[in-house]
Amino acid sequence: MDLFEYQAKQLFATYGVPIQQGKVATTPEEAGAAAAEFIAAGKSGVVIKAQVKAGGRGKAGGVKFAHDPREAQAKAEQILGLDIKGHTVHSVLVAEDIDIAQEYYLSFLIDRADRTFLSMCSVEGGVEIEEVARTNPDALARVPVNPLVGVDAAKAAEIVAVGRLPEEARPGAAALAERLWAVFTGEDATLVEVNPLVLTGDGSVIALDAKVTLDDNAAFRHNVDQFADPEAADPLEARAKAKHLNYVKLDGQVGIIGNGAGLVMSTLDVVAYAGEAFGGVRPANFLDIGGGASAEVMANGLEIVLSDPSVRSVLVNVFGGITSCDAVANGIVSAIGMLNARGEQVQRPIVVRLDGNKAAEGRRILDAAEIAVVEQVATMDDAARRAAELASAAATGA
Amino acid sequence: MAIFLNGQSRIIVQGITGSEGRRHGARMLAAGTRVVGGTNPRKAGQTIELGGAELPVFGTVADAMAATGADVSVVFVPPAGTKDAVIEAVDAKIPLVIVITEGIPVHDTAQFWAYASRHANVTRIIGPNCPGVASPGKSNAGIIPADITSEGRIGLVSKSGTLTYQMMYELSDIGFSTAVGIGGDPIIGTTHIDCLQAFEDDPETDAIVMIGEIGGDAEERAAAFIERNVSKPVVAYVAGFTAPEGKTMGHAGAIISGSAGTAQAKKEALEKVGVRVGRTPSETARLVSEAMPGR
Repeated sequence: MDLFEYQAKQLFATYGVPIQQGKVATTPEEAGAAAAEFIAAGKSGVVIKAQVKAGGRGKAGGVKFAHDPREAQAKAEQILGLDIKGHTVHSVLVAEDIDIAQEYYLSFLIDRADRTFLSMCSVEGGVEIEEVARTNPDALARVPVNPLVGVDAAKAAEIVAVGRLPEEARPGAAALAERLWAVFTGEDATLVEVNPLVLTGDGSVIALDAKVTLDDNAAFRHNVDQFADPEAADPLEARAKAKHLNYVKLDGQVGIIGNGAGLVMSTLDVVAYAGEAFGGVRPANFLDIGGGASAEVMANGLEIVLSDPSVRSVLVNVFGGITSCDAVANGIVSAIGMLNARGEQVQRPIVVRLDGNKAAEGRRILDAAEIAVVEQVATMDDAARRAAELASAAATGA
Repeated sequence: MAIFLNGQSRIIVQGITGSEGRRHGARMLAAGTRVVGGTNPRKAGQTIELGGAELPVFGTVADAMAATGADVSVVFVPPAGTKDAVIEAVDAKIPLVIVITEGIPVHDTAQFWAYASRHANVTRIIGPNCPGVASPGKSNAGIIPADITSEGRIGLVSKSGTLTYQMMYELSDIGFSTAVGIGGDPIIGTTHIDCLQAFEDDPETDAIVMIGEIGGDAEERAAAFIERNVSKPVVAYVAGFTAPEGKTMGHAGAIISGSAGTAQAKKEALEKVGVRVGRTPSETARLVSEAMPGR
């Protein structure tokens, strides 16, 4: 889960990472009031920063300076509601103006290749770090961190030295790095990033920006509800999540239900591949119903997929490894029964491909149920083709 | 001989008294695997009935190894306890630990991997979040269904469980020496490259099928490894061409970050070193059967 800058900074503050102070505002009036507080406290101005979980905010017009409360209100009005890379701005961070002497980069993340943690540090901050990595890789230090050893004062000093931060910034940056490591491990983060890390005119080192990604698998040992973001989630994704379904909304026309992450990803690809012959029909979603595909899980899954108005056909693609295809078939039959009984008449075609454990029983159950909208196809490739064809036919009204 | 397992492999189940441990322990036994016992620190000294067999429950992996000669552990303990379970197995110096558990915090995996590395990797770790290892006709350690394929000379390594099953099923007439599910988490113990090396060295494997998916650069690194070190034919499949950037697709590690980790980049890297990459699982299976020597 990605956090907003203001949430990341709140976490930083609780771990003693020095930050640029700020207040969240969801209306221009609130932004103006927040600016008034900073200016009354002697600040020369404020920076209004769009709160979206995307990079490149500055270029998109999502970061603006204001000298006084009236200007802050006007700038916030311009920023709120902006669309930045598909993310609507619902709030801004009104942050104190900082006298910046220099900008650096510092992060902790997972090194998948070396199966360990990594710190990255650079004297070139405030720009896209991927750009630094590409154009001037020597300027980006990569320091492995052993998970069993962690980051102590000596390691933190090593990181900022290898990152070639200037002498005057090193003590402050190293102290900050130690605290940042505490955030990384204490919160089960997969990324903590400060870009830019700044040396201020008065010689202190603070986090001007903050990016944090938390590990969803570790949610059981943290209070992650505080970071819930109902505005951002697609409404269908939010509903699916409430029903513990692994669903991702996409922009195509063929609803997909399958078991196992790899097989479902593959099903999306095979549908898109087959769809090339049918006017570019694409998958409408990713939905992995997992191992024990009970009738209830199947009913919830079908309900979510059919709630998407852009869905013209549905493909249920199951390979029964541990999952029993007879249970899946019973799930489909009772799911359609449940939806019909609720008055949500299922009319869009559902293509089903069952293979593996108890596939023959599953197919028999579906045949015996004689559901008009259900059509069985023997192989994954043929089933994808048929689902794409049906979606295409529905779209053209054929 | 296959890889990682053989007909003599003696297997224990960590978490044998839990519902998953019981269920899959019984399935492994039914597949003819030598499951010799299990662990649960609170039920040491008891026995548990699995598929008609009475198996001993030990307090620790070390005790189980001393009493049974076990050389493989399959871990089913829940996510919150997995790190400690794996560290215990490493302390006992068991040669192979297969971690089936899904949903383990990546900091825990990083720690138990670092712990195994500090102990000279005497213990090979497969997983976590994986279906395990199956050598048809010899041994089956994990949750891969035993009856979907046959013994043969294809080696398979995969990040995905169900795609593994699909491929084993489609190629059941040719059969497999070993199928290894390495798991879809960001940090895993045994990698594609480890398995490619083992299959290259295995006289009972003639061709290799590698299944990858979006996220990270394991497939790109595997491609570089294949170019230098693998003489046997390799066919690959990559899932996730239609996955959007920044969304986790089921597996914790299956995420495209910026422009990194795309299926297209993986496919291109593999094709560049001469690996044929199927567009669908079925096409991949056809390419594998064509790649088998003598076909």
